[in-house]
Amino acid sequence: MEWVGNICLFIGSFLLLTGALGFLRFRDFYARIHACGITETLATGFILLGLFLHSDAVLPQIKLVMILLFVLFSSPTASHALAKAAWNAGVRPRDSDGVRLPLPPSDQ
Amino acid sequence: MLSLLVATAVALIRVRGLLASIMLTSVYGLLSASFFVIMDAVDVAFTEAAVGAGVSPLLLLLTVAIVGRKEAAPAQGRRAAMPILLVTVTGALLIIGTLDMPPFGAADAPVHQHVAPYYLEQSGGEIGIPNVVTSVLASYRAYDTLGEVLVIFTAGVAVILALAPPGQRGSFRLDDSSATPFVPNTIVQVVSKLLIPFMLLFACYVQFHGEYGPGGGFQAGVIFASGIILYGLLYGLPTVCRAIPPPVVEVLAAVGVLIYGLTGVLSLLGGSSFLDYGVFADDPVTAQHIGIVCIELGVGITVAAVIITIYYAFARQQERGRS
Repeated sequence: MEWVGNICLFIGSFLLLTGALGFLRFRDFYARIHACGITETLATGFILLGLFLHSDAVLPQIKLVMILLFVLFSSPTASHALAKAAWNAGVRPRDSDGVRLPLPPSDQ
Repeated sequence: MLSLLVATAVALIRVRGLLASIMLTSVYGLLSASFFVIMDAVDVAFTEAAVGAGVSPLLLLLTVAIVGRKEAAPAQGRRAAMPILLVTVTGALLIIGTLDMPPFGAADAPVHQHVAPYYLEQSGGEIGIPNVVTSVLASYRAYDTLGEVLVIFTAGVAVILALAPPGQRGSFRLDDSSATPFVPNTIVQVVSKLLIPFMLLFACYVQFHGEYGPGGGFQAGVIFASGIILYGLLYGLPTVCRAIPPPVVEVLAAVGVLIYGLTGVLSLLGGSSFLDYGVFADDPVTAQHIGIVCIELGVGITVAAVIITIYYAFARQQERGRS
């Protein structure tokens, strides 16, 4: 049980690291949201799972599950809200050459 | 942790865009909250996380939405010598002042010599609640806390007075004709509908469990107000004004202070001194419990109502600017 928890914690930390790297390296807003939003949800899940396996009392475990539920609800919603706000504010994704894509005509 | 705080502060000074600096303020608040948790000041961390990282950046954002996001460019060639001198001197004086302070955690520091040992050793028997912070705040130092609540109340009144449009009588009512149609954002609204009831429930838990765990009136009020403000952000000002009318909130702010003060007056009438809860029951520990629950309720109501009032005042300014 102990080492399964350790592995979960390690995977979680690794995912957080990749998320931070992606945030720094990716070229446009949406790719960055993609990098941190997805890895963050999964990484928090893994870290909480690892902590869950490490703790031996019931009460902290219930609390961890509740935190996990809260994160599963709030984190994707926050990413979505950011992306939607950016889209409404007129930020458009870039293609691989770094050129901003034009607005689709139906959207205007 | 401290180095992260310092890094954020330096970035905050260097950054030019107002939006970025507001976000950094929020980061700074969150970092301070974690810092407080490390220092075992969970009660303070609660408030800091909600106010420092949540509500006050939000008020700043609303202000920026009204006044525009560009900072005025500094006048070239005219370096403000006087302000720099003033800031340097004040900062130097403050640092010199800290030199006299005892080292952190020293057992012979004046803080640990005066009344603190008494509070720590006696509060278990006299007040009978595990959270010493609450017993100091609500019983031993109840008079100081009354002052704090009055400060919050005064701040709310001042914001109402400062932001009221000229010629307004009474508290404002939003006329529905001028309200701009609100753009719905379905996913966020549905998720927040799921989460807000739990936030409000958690606020009540913090309010009434404050004697046994970290929490109390201040924290509960802030959390409650955050839930309401979140609702207002996602559903628009008219909706939240229909749910919780501004006049009611303003009255509630005063009611909270009144509950606190009346608790004191009742103990006076019972033949004891102001805010001495001994008269409320025969058993002194039970009496303390009753007194603490009463004044914590007053604190919670006032804090929540004042924060919601301030949010209303700012949001209405923005609404008027838009139309």
